[in-house]
Amino acid sequence: MDAAVMEADTRHKTIMTPAEPLIMQQGTPKIVTEDVTVHYGDKQAIFPLDISIPDRAVSAFIGPSGCGKSTFLRCINRMNDTIPICRVGGRITIDGSDIYDPDLDVVQLRARVGMVFQKPNPFPKSIMENVAYGPRIHGLARSRTDLEEIVVNSLKRAGLFEEVKDRLDAPGTSLSGGQQQRLCIARAIAVNPEVILMDEPCSALDPIATARIEELISELRENYCIVIVTHSMQQAARVSQLTAFFHLGTLVEVGDTEAIFTNPQERRTQDYIMGRFG
Amino acid sequence: MTDMSNPIPARAGKSKSTVIDAARLKKRYRAEARFRWYGIAAIGFACAFLVLLLSDILLKGLPAFEANTVTLDVALDDSKIDAGAISKGNYNSIVNSAIRAQFPGVTSRSDRRALPKLLSFDAADKVRREVIANPSLIGTTRSFDLKLSDEADLFLQGMSTDEFDIPVTGSLSIEASGDGFRLTSSGNDFAGVLARVKQRLETRRDRLSLDASKLERVRDRLAAEIPVAEAAVAEAGSEATNTHPAKRRVAKLQADTSSVAAALARLKAQTDELSASIDNHSSAETLTPVLPSYFVRLPEKGVVKIAEIGSDYIIGQAYMPVAATGAVAAGSWSLVEYSQPEADRRINDKEIIWLTSLRDAGMVESRFNWPFFQRGDSREAEVAGVLGGMVGSALTLLVTLLLSLPIGVAAAIYLEEFAPRNRLTQLIEVNINNLAAVPSIVFGLLGLAVFLNFFGLPRSSAMVGGMVLALMTLPTIIIASRAALRAVPPSIREGALGVGASHQQAVFHHVLPLAMPGILTGTIIGMAQALGETAPLLMIGMVAFIVDVPGGFSDAATVLPVQIFLWSDLPEAAFQAKTAGAIMVLLGFLFLMNALAVFLRKQFERRW
Repeated sequence: MDAAVMEADTRHKTIMTPAEPLIMQQGTPKIVTEDVTVHYGDKQAIFPLDISIPDRAVSAFIGPSGCGKSTFLRCINRMNDTIPICRVGGRITIDGSDIYDPDLDVVQLRARVGMVFQKPNPFPKSIMENVAYGPRIHGLARSRTDLEEIVVNSLKRAGLFEEVKDRLDAPGTSLSGGQQQRLCIARAIAVNPEVILMDEPCSALDPIATARIEELISELRENYCIVIVTHSMQQAARVSQLTAFFHLGTLVEVGDTEAIFTNPQERRTQDYIMGRFG
Repeated sequence: MTDMSNPIPARAGKSKSTVIDAARLKKRYRAEARFRWYGIAAIGFACAFLVLLLSDILLKGLPAFEANTVTLDVALDDSKIDAGAISKGNYNSIVNSAIRAQFPGVTSRSDRRALPKLLSFDAADKVRREVIANPSLIGTTRSFDLKLSDEADLFLQGMSTDEFDIPVTGSLSIEASGDGFRLTSSGNDFAGVLARVKQRLETRRDRLSLDASKLERVRDRLAAEIPVAEAAVAEAGSEATNTHPAKRRVAKLQADTSSVAAALARLKAQTDELSASIDNHSSAETLTPVLPSYFVRLPEKGVVKIAEIGSDYIIGQAYMPVAATGAVAAGSWSLVEYSQPEADRRINDKEIIWLTSLRDAGMVESRFNWPFFQRGDSREAEVAGVLGGMVGSALTLLVTLLLSLPIGVAAAIYLEEFAPRNRLTQLIEVNINNLAAVPSIVFGLLGLAVFLNFFGLPRSSAMVGGMVLALMTLPTIIIASRAALRAVPPSIREGALGVGASHQQAVFHHVLPLAMPGILTGTIIGMAQALGETAPLLMIGMVAFIVDVPGGFSDAATVLPVQIFLWSDLPEAAFQAKTAGAIMVLLGFLFLMNALAVFLRKQFERRW
């Protein structure tokens, strides 16, 4: 095939490997995007992108720095709305409803789609307050005991409760890096979301803390749709069921993790996985 | 670089670089040390000025905090107080009698009238208040601590004149001479005083010579101009009548010359006279009010003022009755000098002698001047106080705070977080920054035009003053608050949004608490600035003389800086001390506010 044509072709077309990932065959997709584009001012950051993300599974976005995976992740909970020059085009639906519908309350959306950031950012309040804040503002607790129960459950699910149960009033910032990230995860799950987005959650942590978080992600997978952006292919291989490879704002290839890593169809995917760039 | 006697090292480049490095290192150390010294010098400079300023204010202001009282036995004569109309009793007469009773030797009418002037003008008032409160006192004799007048106060604090005790050795012998006394001493005690007097005369003569030489220069200048003027007259020729400008000029010059000559002659006569006195070391001198005052203190409270002093004798008048003539043993008499001449001070010699006799009898007490903080302004220096200014300042600042803090912080939050970024908001931001630099007096004009003239609000009230100052402080608070909000890391905001908080919730629950220290600092800075502002308040009429302490926000009031400004203009020396005292009170306020700011910052500071 003509290399130029192939180039032009692949820049705007996603290759599914194989034709339908096994994971997708297990149920209806949670998040579906159609022709999503993102512009920062005049610069286009994401080219027309179609992807389906399954529920109760971990999907990993991999790719070199600056390829647009974090930008795309932030579209899913409309965090890009806080950036004035950012324009999002196309359609993203969660459970079939368009999240960019003007009638939709973005605050409610963010309660359904939680986010954990790259650098742990606990509020400068107590551990209890950190986790209780979300449920409180969404009215999820009817009484103080209810609230405390939610906090304790979230901390347990995040695997942090045992370590902090006797100092719930200590400031959230007094914890170690790994503990802070788990606190942020507890905070995210306290509002009972359906989707959890994680933007390179372990990049600021040491290997042991990373391992714990990855363990946690595997546990959470049973109840939530998790999308994780990572620059570590090993992490993607360990943790995810669906992997999507991004390059220069384009979704190059998406498929079952095992298939992507053992038998990538695209040349670029192959190069990236072999470590030839990125 | 290479040394011929040593083999060239294998890595010549490395050793060369260590030598250069050592030199560079030294240079860097020297530069760092220099910079450190600049810093220390700068701080030292600033501290020196601060110390200078504070010590000057302290020295001038401390007398304002001290009040002297005299303890007198006051006979509450029931012939002067009518039991049915207690408040209308003749308390002035009662108090005057009380003080006259202390000086039985003072007999002349003018002296008896002058004695009560030692007391403060409201001493009688104090007695009246006591009697009104306790009518059973009528007919009794009771001891009262009565306030002294401001001039008496100043003298006792050493602010009117220096008081010198001159050591004496010999025994004194007193004999009557005319209507005064002649005193001689067995020791050579008077020669020293005579020498001091002559020294003062010499200073005076030198000053007069200086004046004379200045006049001589004027005379010479006039002399040079006369020929020129006369030439002009000659030029004018026959048309020159007596009203011609040239002729008038000549006439004026001639008149000036003769008056200068007369003045010079007078000066010369005076300097000659003084020189004669000075040159003759032992000639007697007559003490005039332009020279320091000298007194001889005798036993039994006698005091003689020296009118004429020779090298071994004194002639003088008794200011306090002399008990007896004859011999006075060494050690039981003394000489006192009051260096400031009587002509240059407000308290005269008689008053000084009366005061010192009261003081030496232990009847004068010095205490902290609480009334300074309890009374409002007054034209009488001894009773003027800062309470009016303090309350006015407090009320004004309260209004300023209540207006500027909520509006300023809300505006900052809106502009920073919620306002769309367009031309209009940019324009607003530029204008707020400009307003912060506008001279404060312009806000006063605005207040005058809008609040007073257009809205008709009460003039000189704390309410209007507070509103004007709020306008002035708003830009400061807005700018500081915006900076504090901007300094909150975006990760906190994103964390809040990520949990599903709305923008408003994220700002008020997370960003604002973290920005609090910065906002508070900006507020206290603005308040401290407002506390010290005078110009805008003058414009809205707070320059009036307000005696009453303001009771509410719409009462006429004055503020501390304006009070200081008004008092600094008044001539009495006591008001000078009160000005510095009020400055100390204002500085105290400011220190307190800054301490509060530091405390609040520490409280609200959270680490993120």
